Amino acid sequence: MTELKNNAQSNAAPPAETEKPAKVWLREVVEKVYQDAWDAKERGEPVGWSASKFPAEIAETLGLRVCYPENQAAAIAAKHGGQRMCEYAEALGYDNDICGYARISLAYAAGAGGDERPMPQPDFVLCCNNICNCMTKWYENLARMHDIPLIMIDIPYNNTDEVNEENITYIKAQFDDAIKQLEEISGRKFDEDKFAEVCANANRTAQAWLKACSYCQYKPSPLSGFDLFNHMADVVTARCRKESAEAFEALAEEYERNVAEGKSTWRYDENHRIMFEGIPCWPELQKLFKPLKEKGINTTAVVYAPAFGFVYNNMEEMIRAYCKAPNSVCLETGVEWREGICRENKVDGVLVHYNRSCKPWSGYMPEMERRFRKNLGVGVVGFDGDQADPRNFSEAQYNTRVQGLFEIMEAQKKGE
Amino acid sequence: MSEIAGTAVSRKYSMGVDIGSTASKCIIMAEGKEIVAKSLIDVGAGTSGPDRVIAAVLKDSGLKLEDMTHIMSTGYGRHSLEIAHSEMSELSCHARGAYFQHPAVRTIIDIGGQDAKVMRIDENGILENFVMNDKCAAGTGRFLDVMARVLEVKLDDLEKLSAESQNEVRISSTCTVFAESEVISQLARNTHKRDIIKGIHRAVASRVGALARRIGLVDDVMMTGGVALNDGVRLALEEELEHDIFTTELAQYNGALGAALFAWQRSKKKEI
Ligand code: SF4
Repeated sequence: MTELKNNAQSNAAPPAETEKPAKVWLREVVEKVYQDAWDAKERGEPVGWSASKFPAEIAETLGLRVCYPENQAAAIAAKHGGQRMCEYAEALGYDNDICGYARISLAYAAGAGGDERPMPQPDFVLCCNNICNCMTKWYENLARMHDIPLIMIDIPYNNTDEVNEENITYIKAQFDDAIKQLEEISGRKFDEDKFAEVCANANRTAQAWLKACSYCQYKPSPLSGFDLFNHMADVVTARCRKESAEAFEALAEEYERNVAEGKSTWRYDENHRIMFEGIPCWPELQKLFKPLKEKGINTTAVVYAPAFGFVYNNMEEMIRAYCKAPNSVCLETGVEWREGICRENKVDGVLVHYNRSCKPWSGYMPEMERRFRKNLGVGVVGFDGDQADPRNFSEAQYNTRVQGLFEIMEAQKKGE
Repeated sequence: MSEIAGTAVSRKYSMGVDIGSTASKCIIMAEGKEIVAKSLIDVGAGTSGPDRVIAAVLKDSGLKLEDMTHIMSTGYGRHSLEIAHSEMSELSCHARGAYFQHPAVRTIIDIGGQDAKVMRIDENGILENFVMNDKCAAGTGRFLDVMARVLEVKLDDLEKLSAESQNEVRISSTCTVFAESEVISQLARNTHKRDIIKGIHRAVASRVGALARRIGLVDDVMMTGGVALNDGVRLALEEELEHDIFTTELAQYNGALGAALFAWQRSKKKEI
């Protein structure tokens, strides 16, 4: 028996100790995205900047290298460069009411620096307003600043659960047009076989990402849900790459091992489990985390999983998938997504970030909050903050709200 | 049993200290039933307020700190009270305090110095949910402070003056700074102060009313916090929400009361 086990081990992949942790691997994949962009720039190839939910499959099929301003802005903000960049943009005339990501990105495009996450300046920009409409103006400004082409895909807001046929036709025409424009920019023909391969990678990444996220369902969870905020960088910047699919698969395996061994990346008690609604305050991650770890509150649900984990089988399904971003779906769909993950991941509270940057996301939260309270019967608490601009966050206010949520969850637990 | 607990005196009393942003409040209770002493000082976290308010209740009651079985702090400055055995958020403390005063209460509207909150509690007095103001000062005690200063009237006179108003003025800005300039321009137009004050109360009521609607009002509705003493705001809120809203003379002490009650509960648990 012992022998067999040893044999099996010697034939298998290297033991876990010598394997690279998935989080390192995932980080390297993102680094490579940016490095590839620098290399392309050096070779004199055009490099693009892309909205996080622009159909990445198109540029990837044409071999174009793109960077992601939202990811860059989050990285700059997390490394405490957010305020500097926001103030630079404000001095250029951009109001402080504008999304912090947009301000950081516009500042970078205008030459403000940004050593926290450098990336080459763009030769074209890819905008898709399924994310929000602020994106449209932001990218128009980028295009004007650098006098470069803007390839725009307009996704109508979905008032209903289903995407209607007219919208599909309308968006399909725009996809075709985007392909044509990008063929001109790249000087290459769009290859259907390559496209199929890229889509297969994107699907594989999405499936692996969803699988990794699904481990939050275990009680106790083998991971801290806050990890997902970091790992989502890969699903934003590299979802068409085989490497990110592999890295997410490795991540899922790690979680599987954690379950088997009773381990977790959450190193505190798990007295309570919550959904964290919205984008975190990147400049204040430590402060966000502090009362949660002190009180043993693990985040086991985040909205990103369904938002970026979409799988499709053909062009039409792909279009439908791109119609479904957090801010482009109707309230009913948004509530259903969230309540689904709250139930699956067994949360007993919801912490809502009223994000001063992200008006669309924060704007519908009061009504969502009301529905969560009614439908889930859990404590729902909101706090004010900002994903990138630290001037919009008060630690004392945040702590009181988290403590209040904790006390509600404690009382409900005792009442059980 | 008597060996563990020491003297009879030491088993009897609990203390709740509510350190708010603009005032400190302290209550000593006997056996979680009866208020023995209470005190309020008009300065809060980071000042001499907490020490003074504690000294005042001890003096009034003739008790010593050692007589307290448990001391609980609450409010914005709750973390800074070294003598406290434990702390709890003002949300749970308000819920407990209000329930003690009036067991039929289900919704509590608390307007403090720098925040406004609406809490829903269940039939056992347990906090079910709450909403708080965002980072803006509109709809809080601070808003009224600023307006009273601009109008050159005492905070305590706002109620009386607004009751005399015949012709309420509309203050449309929710932002404290904008509302301040609106008030200044009304004064420049020689509008009567009482009418401006009525408009200010309405502005607070509409702001807090929106919060209350978000969580949903269930009767009985009670108002707590320093602003509850201003009947002008309470009446404006009643109109705004079309609900009866009552308050008690302990409105300002409600958080400290809740803390003293929790403190008693904790000391009993320890004894068991
Ligand atoms: S954070 Fe919100 S406002 Fe900013 S780009 Fe994203 S969706 Fe738009």
